[in-house]
Amino acid sequence: MTEDEFAAYQSLSEETGDHRWAFGTGFTDPLEGIDASVPDGVDAAALTAYCLALGDDALIYSHRLQQWMTRMPELEEETALANIALDLLGQARMLLARAGQAEGRGRREDDLAFFRDEHEFRSVRLAEHTDADFAQLAGRLLVFSAWRLALFGRLTASADPVLAAIAAKGANELAYHRDYAAQWVIRLGDGTPLSHDKMAAALGVIWPLTDELFQADPVAARLPGVAADPAELRAEVDAVLDAVLGAATLDRPQGAPLARVAGKAGRDGVHTEPFGYLLAELQSVARAHPDATW
Amino acid sequence: MEEPRVHSGWPLYEVFLRGKRGLNHVHVGSLHAADAQMALRHARDLYTRRNEGVSIWVVAAADITASSPDEKDPFFAPSGDKVYRHPTFYQLPDDVPHM
Repeated sequence: MTEDEFAAYQSLSEETGDHRWAFGTGFTDPLEGIDASVPDGVDAAALTAYCLALGDDALIYSHRLQQWMTRMPELEEETALANIALDLLGQARMLLARAGQAEGRGRREDDLAFFRDEHEFRSVRLAEHTDADFAQLAGRLLVFSAWRLALFGRLTASADPVLAAIAAKGANELAYHRDYAAQWVIRLGDGTPLSHDKMAAALGVIWPLTDELFQADPVAARLPGVAADPAELRAEVDAVLDAVLGAATLDRPQGAPLARVAGKAGRDGVHTEPFGYLLAELQSVARAHPDATW
Repeated sequence: MEEPRVHSGWPLYEVFLRGKRGLNHVHVGSLHAADAQMALRHARDLYTRRNEGVSIWVVAAADITASSPDEKDPFFAPSGDKVYRHPTFYQLPDDVPHM
């Protein structure tokens, strides 16, 4: 870079100091300086479980996206996906930190991310799905971000101010994720006969995982005014998906939802087989070197 | 003349960013994309990760007409000795502010 180009870059990023970085340049507590108390009348145990579930969705989904790194078809797409994975990781950090605060037993985000076992993770099974190809990556991200954006849109009015702030920050990120995924679903669906067929097949694989997103959640039911009722999100998400699928000349897949196991699914800590492998990769370094810093 | 072959297969776009202080759009680099809309999103993902800009322009590199290095002298040398084109021969009155 020449001196002039460097000067241009400097003038573009005119602000100095830490505040323009997402979390500063050091990795401290993501909720540092924020009032940690749980509002009066809010069930702290339920708030803990609720933040944990939403944080787990983001943590597990982010890890699945990170596994695509170095495998994307274009350098530009790789950076786009890395950005999305980092956004979700940021959401996971704040939500897990909030869960730790509400729990009040001194567990921090890292304790919750790296030192819980599979049955203690409350993420929906859509988050842990392994994308077999780029079409599944795009289709799954469309469903996940459309759903999570609808959810966060409601949580911005949550009676827990910390959760409301996390949702407000995340909503902008999710709006971009949804836009990114929708662009690709339309591009592939309305592309060549081959790309159309691959996109349709991908949606057929993803769709059985979507029903779980709207299932009644006993934890949310204990948090009136704080949490959002999953069933309420369906109409908004369906409208978005229908608009995208219409533009992509794709039909909404018909297929039975992925079966629950003895009535349980992701929110109950019951996951699909690949989850264990994902968790091993996610946690092995932290468990081999507890409390290490780098 | 045949277009130089690029690895990507996607055409090249040039990216211009405007920072927050109302500066001009400044050329910051280039990227590959299938079309202009994709180029805009790629530009957002590649060049605004560190909060650099509030406005992005993308232009297909093929649409830029550039002066040739071979024409450098006929283009630019004649202006080198025209000092009277610089507004340096005026006496500024003392009470003119902001100059």
